[in-house]
Amino acid sequence: MSKKEPHIIHQTETISPEHKFIIRDAIAADLPEIIKLDSQNTGIKKEDYWSDAFERYGNSYDGFFHVAENDSCFCGYILGEVRAWEFGSPPCGWIFALGVHNDAREMGVGSGLFESVCEHFREAGIDKVRTMLARNDNLNMSFFRSQGMRSGPFIQLEKNVTN
Amino acid sequence: MKLNKATRFALFAVLELANSPERHLSATEIANKYEISVHHLVKVLHSLVRSRLVTSVRGAGGGYRFIGNKKRTTLLDIAEVFEDIRQPPVIPEEGDDTEIGIALSQIMLEIDDIAIATLNSISIDTFLKTMHYYQEDIPQPTI
Repeated sequence: MSKKEPHIIHQTETISPEHKFIIRDAIAADLPEIIKLDSQNTGIKKEDYWSDAFERYGNSYDGFFHVAENDSCFCGYILGEVRAWEFGSPPCGWIFALGVHNDAREMGVGSGLFESVCEHFREAGIDKVRTMLARNDNLNMSFFRSQGMRSGPFIQLEKNVTN
Repeated sequence: MKLNKATRFALFAVLELANSPERHLSATEIANKYEISVHHLVKVLHSLVRSRLVTSVRGAGGGYRFIGNKKRTTLLDIAEVFEDIRQPPVIPEEGDDTEIGIALSQIMLEIDDIAIATLNSISIDTFLKTMHYYQEDIPQPTI
């Protein structure tokens, strides 16, 4: 697996000078804050999942794992990757996870993270970004809608296989 | 899901008013633009005023103005002023109690669930900022 050097991707000033934040590649030291925020948002602590995600996306060129910080305080994260031909889909960017700290909401952090990953997708020649959400996840659904996302041409199906 | 006429008129009115926050628009102006009944629209606007989504100003230069929170008010909030979308009244129909009728009802509920989640995820602000995306064709899957 090829390793990459973390670097600052964006320096963004939003609604006021005190809300200036940077977006950079995630580093291993971010994992405790990411795990904590995800745990607060989902109610489940997933240390192994996030360690694996960091190795796969944050520590290599396979995907994009960005964090936002304000004065060295962690504000949020986003995780994405280019995937091709699964379910018959031509290459497109996928966003797997997004989290913004409660205290950093409505400051443009989520939009900044979203745009940082979209910029990487564009640089990779990708013109479509997708994500998947729980139907009752109104917070994230509203956020992605506000970024211009809408229902796509695929639909997720499932069945119980245990009976 | 099919929205009733009052809901549809209310969505036209609220979105039109929220899109021109600096102007007061009369019921006639809105009705003419959407080619809908002024009489029916006035009743809808009265309901929106009672719900504190819209205010009316009398006299010359008067009309209606959106006063809700564009970022917090969703399409579902507006629809729910006029119909109970989450729990619509159950009107028994022929065949409902049969095996196929029950399964069909479940499929219709599945469709309604998706529609409700969609309406609840789109704020007035998001709608107005992103409506140009809806003028593009939705791409078809390649499977």
